[in-house]
Amino acid sequence: MAYVAVKGGEKAISHAHDWLAETRRGNPALPELEVDQIEQQLGLAVDRVMAEGACHDRGLAALAIKQAQGDLIEAAFLLRAYRTTLPRFGHAAPLDTATMRIRRRVSATYKDLPGGQVLGPTYDYTHRLLDFSLAAAGEAPPPAPQAAVAQPEALRVTELLAREGLMARDSESDAEPPDLTRQPLDFPASRAARLQNLARGDEGFLLGLGYSTQRGYGGNHPFVGEIRQGHVTVAFTPPELGFEIELGDILVTECQMVNQFHGSKAEPPQFTRGYGLVLGAGERKAMAMSLVDRALMAGELGEDRVAPAQDEEFVLLHSDNVEATGFVEHLKLPHYVDFQSELEVVRRMRATAIAEASSPAEKELAE
Amino acid sequence: MAVLARASRTDLQARLADCPALPPHSRLRGPETGLMMLRGRAGGDGAPFNLSEITVTRCAVSLPDGQVGHAYVTGRDLAQAELAALVDAALQDPARRAALLDVVIEPLAAAQAEAAAAQSRKAAATRVQFFTMATMR
Repeated sequence: MAYVAVKGGEKAISHAHDWLAETRRGNPALPELEVDQIEQQLGLAVDRVMAEGACHDRGLAALAIKQAQGDLIEAAFLLRAYRTTLPRFGHAAPLDTATMRIRRRVSATYKDLPGGQVLGPTYDYTHRLLDFSLAAAGEAPPPAPQAAVAQPEALRVTELLAREGLMARDSESDAEPPDLTRQPLDFPASRAARLQNLARGDEGFLLGLGYSTQRGYGGNHPFVGEIRQGHVTVAFTPPELGFEIELGDILVTECQMVNQFHGSKAEPPQFTRGYGLVLGAGERKAMAMSLVDRALMAGELGEDRVAPAQDEEFVLLHSDNVEATGFVEHLKLPHYVDFQSELEVVRRMRATAIAEASSPAEKELAE
Repeated sequence: MAVLARASRTDLQARLADCPALPPHSRLRGPETGLMMLRGRAGGDGAPFNLSEITVTRCAVSLPDGQVGHAYVTGRDLAQAELAALVDAALQDPARRAALLDVVIEPLAAAQAEAAAAQSRKAAATRVQFFTMATMR
């Protein structure tokens, strides 16, 4: 038994929640944050909550951020809880990232590539100096410059390598993937289950694991083959219509991490890739996901599994911040009976140890 | 349906204000909000995997003359889905179709295309123009 039900405390809990509400609001002399403001002006926080809450809805994510006072893990938890109240209408067709309307697209492996290097709205190359002009409310900045000609769709970098036979292709298949929201994780996990788990996983956890692979814990010397960010179409075939319809567009970020592979008995030397795909503009998460995805392929590629990032049970069972929060934070709940029993045991062991210390055998040794 | 799905409720209402009033409709299903599972493909082109869910609102309506309209839109706006289903039904009425295409669908499609093109031109403005080095080997 981990903990016991405890009665009482209702009044204290109710008062605590009242105080929480007051604290959340802050100084009432200041204007209250509107959910639309969060959605528009804290967009990257909204993206992260949608990704880790595994539910795309900018308004709900913004509301969750407001309710959680900006605690993004709590907000993801709120979003996960809300989604359980909705029915499932079905599944959309796989997003086609090849026909993405590109906002950003960079490659660290080719300078000149079809479609070019497109920076998009990035923090890269900013100086990371605090901008005090943002501290004072001012006018909106002027609209961003526009080129005369629109950015064309661009071929994936990995496709360029695959056409030369230098890149392992992912197996083409339309097999029904497992769904972790319906079935528990099973080991060894399929690639599809791993990717779903990583896509929902905590950015900080995956970032640390991805970093560990770069520092030599399961190193695979990665290159960013391509990062692309932009809008893709959500399409679905309603059974009552029998043909595919478009439901709208969403912003996603994709990362293809290219890694050298020396070959095996079955495969000639070539490059392999790790894959990252996240909702919104979560580029750091997409990169970390692709590093960890590649590290988790160690088994399939016949590499030694020696590092934490290559251990799928370690990675997949600890990546979910809602689960991790639940188990870590449950330690706050009353464990009075558990602890009483441990207290008894420790007291008894202490008494025995002290009695033995003053036993005749000890005295003889002392003489 | 793709144009209607991408039109916000206010955009739809604004376009419909310039149109002859739509006939009364009855709801066959919804409007109701639910979830749809989004999928990606491993490596972008491999086997599908489940990425995340997305909120979707759907509605089906019928007109007195028997036309049935459907809508599935992303998000939770019930009125948007109902309007989209209503316009979808009215578009199947030959007497209304031409006017709706002219006044509602085509202007919405043009506005959506222009918004996408403006984004794309902004992206193109951030495309790196490398200096060519003649001596580079």
